[in-house]
Amino acid sequence: MSNIPTDLRYASTHEWVRPEGDGVFTVGITEHAQELLGDMVFVELPDVGDNVSAGDDVAVAESVKAASDVYAPIGGEIVAVNEDLEDSPELVNSDAFGDGWMFKIKADDPSEVDNLLDAEGYENSIDED
Amino acid sequence: MTNKTVLHAKHIEAGAKMVDFHGWEMPINYGSQIEEHHAVRQDAGMFDVSHMTIVDVTGAQAKDYLRYLLANDVAKLQDKGKALYSGMLNETGGVVDDLIVYHFDAENYRLVVNSATREKDMNWLMGKADGFDVTITERPEFAMIAVQGPNAKEKANSLFSAAQQEAVAGMKPFFGVQAEDLFIATTGYTGEAGYEIMVPADQAGDFWQKLLDAGVRPCGLGARDTLRLEAGMNLYGQDMDETISPLAANMGWTITWEPAERDFVGRKALETQKASGTDKLVGLVMTEKGVLRSGLKVKVSEGEGVITSGTFSPTLGHSIAMARIPATSDATAEVEMRKKWVTVKIVKPSFVRNGKSVL
Repeated sequence: MSNIPTDLRYASTHEWVRPEGDGVFTVGITEHAQELLGDMVFVELPDVGDNVSAGDDVAVAESVKAASDVYAPIGGEIVAVNEDLEDSPELVNSDAFGDGWMFKIKADDPSEVDNLLDAEGYENSIDED
Repeated sequence: MTNKTVLHAKHIEAGAKMVDFHGWEMPINYGSQIEEHHAVRQDAGMFDVSHMTIVDVTGAQAKDYLRYLLANDVAKLQDKGKALYSGMLNETGGVVDDLIVYHFDAENYRLVVNSATREKDMNWLMGKADGFDVTITERPEFAMIAVQGPNAKEKANSLFSAAQQEAVAGMKPFFGVQAEDLFIATTGYTGEAGYEIMVPADQAGDFWQKLLDAGVRPCGLGARDTLRLEAGMNLYGQDMDETISPLAANMGWTITWEPAERDFVGRKALETQKASGTDKLVGLVMTEKGVLRSGLKVKVSEGEGVITSGTFSPTLGHSIAMARIPATSDATAEVEMRKKWVTVKIVKPSFVRNGKSVL
């Protein structure tokens, strides 16, 4: 069973969200998602400064198996992207909740995060898959 | 019903992720497909290929039968143990299966055919045997382990008895020899040196463990696919099938046309196809981000084709593919990827050999 940290919030499309304060949130894909995809070979990230809405496809995680869209879990402005993934996409596999983060969003409305799943809710959503 | 090889428990023990592969529960990887791929290119890896079907063909007319059954000609095999790759065609020139045939003598051959097509192949072999004095015997009592990579032979040799070491000493590529309990062949599906070893089922677990102890890394079907694709080797069901001519599957070299009087199944259809021209299987190379995948549409000046196999090449660090397209003199093709047309290079379908790029 994969690890699902309780201090994060989740989208049913397998993104995780971590509050960094000041309305900024870090986003990545879950350990469960990287397990499904297998070894990551490319990660296509959004541009810093992009304005995104919740549910927009903003990144692509391409593994040996498939290309998978990554969706913005909340709306806002992209304020940072993980440039290390350019040369080391495998960080998504080895440390999905840490060094494998993908981008940071400055939320238009931080309360959108409350609509996301908690760890238990996400675990239940995986079980239904 | 799912079949399991005798090595199933060893895979679970090694942390394999198991998947259904045409009715067989097989390891897709043991953690990282890419690391397994690199192990084979740089050191030594092993694959459980026990699901593949081993068939012995014996009898007074074994040679005549195989000269009729196969598009390649077993009469070319003079040396004991020499192997030949061939397509087994139907009357319309489609590929029923691709296989390796080992020659021991004119009355004694061994075939290795695909697992996914086992039942169809056995019916085909039996059906075509009418009127020939041959005996066709499946050999399910063997497991098969492929040990591949630059250090594969050396590591496998450390397990062999003195007699087995002597039997394989100086053995050229594409030969097989029965040495005591093992059938050891210098064949493979990776583009690296190594062995494919048939081992009695009851000894297989022990043999696998000894290879593991000798530093050979277990590799799954995922790495097997990226390795064979880099090596430009076809996968049955993907790069060709019953509806595809070997001429359109980069298998023209496996058709032996001479002597013209040899009648083999599919010959007439092939002659017509050759005269009128067929699609070609080519290699594609894309150095930009992204991965070419099977099923994607390909365009060249002469018309449209399709990617039959595509992947990220761990050795090259970018995507490669095989595609069946109209015969063309174009140097590039357009591939439709995620609703955009991307220009890729057309090459011969061979990308990596013995650890190095051949592009």
